[in-house]
Amino acid sequence: MHLDEVAKRVRRDVIQMIMHSQSGHPGGALGAAELLSVLYFKTMRHRPEEPNWEGRDQFVLSNGHICSAMYSCLARSGYFNTQELLTFRKINSRLQGHPSRHDLPGVETASGPLGQGLSIANGMALGMRLAGIDRKVYCLVGDGEMQEGQIWEACMTSPQYKLNNLVLIVSWNDIQIDGTVTQVKNLDPLSTKLEAFGWHVLKIDGHDISDIETAFAEADRIKNKPTAIIAKTILGKGVSYMENKSEWHGKAPSIEESLRALKEIGTSEFQADLVAE
Amino acid sequence: MALESGRDGFGKALLELGETNSKVVALSADLTESIRAHWFAEKYPHRFFQMGVAEQDMIGTSAGLALSGFIPFATTFAVFAAQRAQEQIRMAVCYNRSNVKIAVSHGGLTVGEDGATHQGLEDIAVMRVLPEMTVLVPADSEEARLATLAAAEWDGPVYLRLGRTPTPVVTENADPFQIGKARILAEGNDVTIVACGIMVNAALQAREMLEKEGVAARVLDMHTIKPLDQEALLKAAVETKCMVTAEEHSVIGGLGGAVTEFLSAEQPIPILRVGTQDTFGESGTPDELLEKYHLTPDAIKKACQKVVQSK
Repeated sequence: MHLDEVAKRVRRDVIQMIMHSQSGHPGGALGAAELLSVLYFKTMRHRPEEPNWEGRDQFVLSNGHICSAMYSCLARSGYFNTQELLTFRKINSRLQGHPSRHDLPGVETASGPLGQGLSIANGMALGMRLAGIDRKVYCLVGDGEMQEGQIWEACMTSPQYKLNNLVLIVSWNDIQIDGTVTQVKNLDPLSTKLEAFGWHVLKIDGHDISDIETAFAEADRIKNKPTAIIAKTILGKGVSYMENKSEWHGKAPSIEESLRALKEIGTSEFQADLVAE
Repeated sequence: MALESGRDGFGKALLELGETNSKVVALSADLTESIRAHWFAEKYPHRFFQMGVAEQDMIGTSAGLALSGFIPFATTFAVFAAQRAQEQIRMAVCYNRSNVKIAVSHGGLTVGEDGATHQGLEDIAVMRVLPEMTVLVPADSEEARLATLAAAEWDGPVYLRLGRTPTPVVTENADPFQIGKARILAEGNDVTIVACGIMVNAALQAREMLEKEGVAARVLDMHTIKPLDQEALLKAAVETKCMVTAEEHSVIGGLGGAVTEFLSAEQPIPILRVGTQDTFGESGTPDELLEKYHLTPDAIKKACQKVVQSK
């Protein structure tokens, strides 16, 4: 199965989950579909039937609000039944509005309060090294989230400990709730900043499957320093009326809007839909 | 008697754990010697992580290590862990149920000359309010040592609050240390003094003063603020019918808060709280500060006399 089809499936799930609960954050989730599809269906070693397998790679979703996309990947790779995706954000669900580690298998850490993920990922990478386990931690952060101070504390920690078993992925869509990142509190030039902090930095198209695969492969070859992948993404990617619109950071589309979104995303050959259109 | 601080007892226990428990690791935010983690750091350098002046990052990193199966002791001062990094502790540690032990020195006024900015007087309150958190405030260096060993065995987040100032050991002959189980240091049926940290010693001194006046005070060393030893409190409430709490912390939200919250619902009795009165501290020697802010044996004695009257 081509990963583009998997990404399309993730997008369809994201829309259907958020439509169903009439609550959630579609923009960033749609924008991360390719990144997460490559991680869960190609790059990461993991065992859905044995979530705590010691030899697994670990994924930390620092920008926890886009968890609908991660939940889709977890369900589609077998951590739990795909129909459970429709309980997203509802009462008594394991699929909390922001990830809860002890509720759902496959969630490595809670997240949502921004800026915390990289520190936790660093700790996991240090733990792996101390335990003599040769695996990797992948940490996805949003660009707006990098306005948090803690991220920069953590950005100093990873190179200090030469964590070459850690990959930071920045989803760079230049959108945050109050406007563009450039307007609100500019991060540019991010690659120069991260390089100055001691990171190996790559810039890629976050929607190009082969770009993403190549970047993860390159990260595997880097010694003595952590790798940061700045992935240019489009908020709301795949749904024309959402693309690059900050209002779609945390708003659910109506039923009509959702159906239009599904139509634009197109059908996926990878597994069946959650609900019949 | 040789005086030792709570942090000294912690440092010794951490070193013991280095030998006995290979899962134990330690992190520091540029205050390694101040919290007495340097003995561990020197002997087990590969299990010690210097995080620099970055407490929020240290808490997150500790959570990551815990989620990888290690037992991290994250160390700094009370204010900088409990308050600077409170939200990180809330999510990365407590909500994750990660097995992180947060060990802090400089809890209370006896930090001394550094003044109000460095005197943790609200930390128990903000740690106690967190779901999943266990809060320990040992009375002396020996109890600090035992509390540290117990914390390492305890499954879940622990906040271990230690003092900076050397004090006498008062728990030598007490019952075995157990998290969640108060130690009765003295029996008495006229009033109960429930104390934690260095105020346990003050409570014992107050008891002696009261005894001369014919008042028999029971002294409970409430080293575990959460989970509270409800059984010991209920028993004391029924038998002594009045109580005084004593802590080197604000009277809001700490030991006094915990005890009054519990007993007001289960066994209402008159209770007076000795602690700082909704105020910051200031510079001065530890003894001067304790005197000025009424955290003395005499202050406990007076509170006991008053509360006995209202029975």
